[in-house]
Amino acid sequence: MKRLFTVIPYAWLIVLFLVPFAIVFKISLSDYAVSIPPYAPTLDIAGGWQAVKDFLGELDFENYVFLTEDALYWKAYLSSLKIAAISTVLTLLVGYPIAYGMARAPEAWRPTLMMLVILPFWTSFLIRVYAWIGILATEGLLNQFLLWIGIIDAPLGLLNTPTAVYIGIVYTYLPFMILPIYAALDRLDPSLLEAAEDLGCSRTTAFWTVTVPLSRPGVIAGCFLVFIPAVGEVVIPSLLGGSDTLMIGKILWEEFFSNRDWPVASAVATILLLILVVPIVLFQRQQQAAREAEQ
Amino acid sequence: MVNSTVFAPWEDPGQTPLIRIENVTKRFGDFTAIDDVSIDIYTREFFALLGPSGCGKTTLMRMLAGFETPSEGRITIDGKDMAGVPPNKRAVNMMFQSYALFPHLTVWDNIAFGLRRDRMDKDRVAARVEEMLKLTQLQKFAKRKPHQISGGQRQRVALARSLAKAPKLLLLDEPLGALDKKLREETQFELMEIQEKTGTTFVIVTHDQEEAMTVASRVAVMNHGKLVQVDTPERIYEAPKSVYVADFIGDVNLIEGLVASVGELAELTWAEGKAPLIGQSGASLKAGDEAVFAIRPEKIAISREEPEARNRVRGKIVDIGYLGNLSVYHVQLPDGSYMKCEVGNRSRVSRRDYTWEDEVWLSWTDTAGLVLPS
Repeated sequence: MKRLFTVIPYAWLIVLFLVPFAIVFKISLSDYAVSIPPYAPTLDIAGGWQAVKDFLGELDFENYVFLTEDALYWKAYLSSLKIAAISTVLTLLVGYPIAYGMARAPEAWRPTLMMLVILPFWTSFLIRVYAWIGILATEGLLNQFLLWIGIIDAPLGLLNTPTAVYIGIVYTYLPFMILPIYAALDRLDPSLLEAAEDLGCSRTTAFWTVTVPLSRPGVIAGCFLVFIPAVGEVVIPSLLGGSDTLMIGKILWEEFFSNRDWPVASAVATILLLILVVPIVLFQRQQQAAREAEQ
Repeated sequence: MVNSTVFAPWEDPGQTPLIRIENVTKRFGDFTAIDDVSIDIYTREFFALLGPSGCGKTTLMRMLAGFETPSEGRITIDGKDMAGVPPNKRAVNMMFQSYALFPHLTVWDNIAFGLRRDRMDKDRVAARVEEMLKLTQLQKFAKRKPHQISGGQRQRVALARSLAKAPKLLLLDEPLGALDKKLREETQFELMEIQEKTGTTFVIVTHDQEEAMTVASRVAVMNHGKLVQVDTPERIYEAPKSVYVADFIGDVNLIEGLVASVGELAELTWAEGKAPLIGQSGASLKAGDEAVFAIRPEKIAISREEPEARNRVRGKIVDIGYLGNLSVYHVQLPDGSYMKCEVGNRSRVSRRDYTWEDEVWLSWTDTAGLVLPS
């Protein structure tokens, strides 16, 4: 029985991650073809051993070579990493004060505040991003409001700019930043801050020397939880970003659905995964280190 | 206390106290945590604030540290009014009940924390930290994190950290509460030694009367936010001014009655047809007042024959507690009430002198008991 429970997660991983990934990887080694499915070769098991051999012989890394030849791809990867990094920092800057405020709020309010942070998850992500179009458009709510209070004379062109993408990512991933930081701050023993003050810290230095280092595990977890999905983000740059917002998720989408070039799209996806493996491994390591430190 | 006979600045009117707590009241909403308390604490004193939980002792300490401000009254430290002075600007350090060690810093860095805030240069910080490590015998653990050392070691780190800045006043909030009994007793003597070595004024908050009696030069007994009595441990024990103090500190037999006469000694009638009990008059009493006779169990003698003493009662042994160093006899008096009597076991006796159901006499001298207002 116990063994069964350890097998389930592995089975899950194999069926839902490794097998699909193997298929994607295999397609990335194939060639584009006008057929169904739109790539060649396809394996015909009925042909026996010879067929398998022929099949393997036709696989190559051409698509990966292609990716290095066209500047569009590596630019898109770099741009995605940059946008994800900047968004992560912005989310941290917005999320930390919110988490801090929640942890400092009276005990009775905290469940409500927590609820408010989680509440947006109850609506479709897509609808929420669409709502931002209504807010950021030239005739949108934000421009109307700013014009009304007289801060600006002409509407701001926010929609279809990188700014809109940042706003979208920060908005969407904010709860992933707030919750781990809040968890870390909530565990912080308030007498530690009193001890810091007692030993000569002002409130501000106590914050930087005690609160910040002790909330670091939460900050790191939050940053990874925002950064990793933000790199591959498709919907937000498609809906809010303009044609000049280059993100690899968008490229992937276009290769797959517009160009119907499955092999190249699969190569793009494989490289994206390899790029993300690095932060994911780092994240796992940090999580483990944090767990060990707590014991 | 070894030095209490020579060290008694509170009896010298020429001495200026280091800390003056003047008519301090603290309210939290409708609740009065501290009710018009005035205490003077002198340099080099080891002062104990003693009382049950919720008596206001911790609030009073937090006001000295600067974490709470008095609603009324004034606190001065070394002649300076502390009103509006934040904790980080006071020459006062505190050892927290939870120790509040910084979990992300090593023992060394924890001790250096306060020194670094003073922008002290590196060599002096290092020298001071080493000195503190040596004082608290923690040299071996300097590089460990707080979660890698034992409770007793953590307690010493907290002490070293709070002493590192050489404060004028060190506040200790239930410093030994988390330690087991044996370690606690050892640490009490360590604390006293460190206090004497460093010459720092210590104020300790505790609910453990034994701890307060052991370490303190003077003890302030508090109850419901009020100061009940401030005195040396001997006087708190031997000359409590109220039934509350007599009962809170140590074991005591209490007998209710009416004051028959007051003079050098007071007489208390307590039962029909019984001779009055004689004891020292604890406070202002007059004949006819309701009063309580307080007598410590160890001051009572037990005998089979009727003794000479004027204070004597007859009863029957109902229970015997053997504690090793002494035996406690529970004696039931004819009126149904019980008295406790402690007898030291000075020699190894295989045979008990008294046993259950024995009729015995309990007696004590005229000056052994106290007549206190009820």
